[in-house]
Amino acid sequence: MVESALDARAVRARGIPPAWAVAAGTFLVVALAVGLVVGPVHIAVGDVVRSLAAKLHVPGVESPLSPTEDAIVWDLRLPRVVLAALVGGMLALAGATYQGVFRNPLADPYLLGVAAGAGLGATLAIAYLPEGVRSQDVVPPAAFLGGAIAVSAAYALGRSAARGRSSAALVLAGVTVASFFTAVQTFVQQQHSDTLQEVYSWILGGLPSSGWKDVGVIAPYVAIAGGAIFLHRRLLDVLVLGDDEAASLGVDVRRVRLVLVVAATVGTAAAVAVSGLIGFVGIIVPHAIRLVAGGTYRMLVPLSFVVGAGFLVLVDAVARTALAPAEIPIGVVTAFIGAPFFAIVLRTSRRVG
Amino acid sequence: MSAIALDGVSVTLGRARVVDGVTAELEEGGWAVVIGANGAGKTTLLRAVAGLVAFHGSIRLLGRQASQLARRELSTLLAVLPQEPSTPPWMTVADYVLLGRTPYIGYFAQEGRRDVDAASRALERLELLPYANRLLGTLSGGEKQRVVVARALAQEAKIVLLDEPTAALDIGHQQQTLELLDELRREAGLTLVAAMHDLTLAAQYADRVLLLDRGHVVADGTPAEVLTRDRLARHYHASVDVVELDGRIAVLPRREQRPAPEDAGR
Repeated sequence: MVESALDARAVRARGIPPAWAVAAGTFLVVALAVGLVVGPVHIAVGDVVRSLAAKLHVPGVESPLSPTEDAIVWDLRLPRVVLAALVGGMLALAGATYQGVFRNPLADPYLLGVAAGAGLGATLAIAYLPEGVRSQDVVPPAAFLGGAIAVSAAYALGRSAARGRSSAALVLAGVTVASFFTAVQTFVQQQHSDTLQEVYSWILGGLPSSGWKDVGVIAPYVAIAGGAIFLHRRLLDVLVLGDDEAASLGVDVRRVRLVLVVAATVGTAAAVAVSGLIGFVGIIVPHAIRLVAGGTYRMLVPLSFVVGAGFLVLVDAVARTALAPAEIPIGVVTAFIGAPFFAIVLRTSRRVG
Repeated sequence: MSAIALDGVSVTLGRARVVDGVTAELEEGGWAVVIGANGAGKTTLLRAVAGLVAFHGSIRLLGRQASQLARRELSTLLAVLPQEPSTPPWMTVADYVLLGRTPYIGYFAQEGRRDVDAASRALERLELLPYANRLLGTLSGGEKQRVVVARALAQEAKIVLLDEPTAALDIGHQQQTLELLDELRREAGLTLVAAMHDLTLAAQYADRVLLLDRGHVVADGTPAEVLTRDRLARHYHASVDVVELDGRIAVLPRREQRPAPEDAGR
């Protein structure tokens, strides 16, 4: 009996160690609070908390905020913070997924050309938009469509080249498609230089302050893509062993890889459609988690989403306030904060990757 | 019933027919070794049996037609120890051995009690329980090899294919690994099929040897029947002596005596 008790402790299907779950959850909550409090208009943390309590009908609490302040916190900042969380979580999750599916630690969510495709879609929409159509209504769907078309083309090309056996062929196909789409995009942009400014600011990435509309647009995609990836987290650990070993363990490698690539791509395309191209999150967040907490996918997948969400909320807070009232493009801030942070993690980590 | 029945099995890769009309029946509980020079088709034959490459002809595993088995079902009958298994350095020994349970775990499910029990038994049998929470990156080559065997054992398949199981090990660990596999074969009634280059080790452990040359089986029998000086000269272009040690065959490479160069000693 003693021996079997020992077994039970030694061998278990490990989920996320509780300490890491708590740490990641705390990080996200703190980030959300910072995102709500920080902004050009100064509103104290305590007032925001009391306003929240009043909204939740906690007895005896009156909101100390003026109607204007109330609108700033709950109708402007909250949707933007939630949007940042969804985009950041999705990009980090998609990055972790691509890294597992392609067994390549440098894979990022834009590997198969989704960025180039979305860039072309957005550029075409901005350049050829008829008068009187507001660009913020048309650009996101155009970007989403462009991204989806680019990845489908890369997938079809990679499959026909290697009959779906080699993930390296797929990556090369992604590079090929991306450079083609980028070339077309540059050409269109040159022909319509009056739209240069608008295209450029979209490419640099930024979260719109458009209330709950964009949250509603992206949330279903994140829910479906994130849910699909979450359900495959154990199979991602099997895929990491390579195609042959995964197959000899009973996994239909092609089908699982297709499902995961589609999920990660759809989620990324939705994120890109509302926020433009935000680089770095998809690589830095999963890697920071791997270095600090260790790296089976069954823990990397949920942690990537939570930490990625908190990370982008904080980055957005910096982007909004550092040069207020002007905004810094969020893609610039992710790289500016992310690179040194990553360097510190890399140096202080004692785990060997 | 034979564990593996091959009938006219051929594999074509590109335009090359790498395995050509292999027919053989391997008995349950036996240890068969596939030998042959580099490029003779050993690994490809094993891959065909494992369902990892398309083939012509018929392969029956424990009486069941392999081509009609679902991928998952096939993996409950047959486990593979690859030549260079990938052992992600960040994974713990326990997590890695649990991956061997994949064929029994539903598409979206996680490990259950039975899977944890099977993995625990495998770890206990290979005396790896103290290592359960170690990271694979901290293990030596010999320890890693045992962990990979434990994963195959946790898979609870009756047939185990081994591609060069001792290629990366020193002579002591080669012997320990093969002894261990032989013990597991006897205990659990496993059928082992190994591709091997070391003919002396092959002769010491195999009860059946298949010699491949350019995809054909050119000799099939006991080690003593197959491993002859003439055959090894013909199919390996090797110059060897075959001697008997403790009732088993040993194959010794020998260097042809060449006349000394005329300018020797100058």
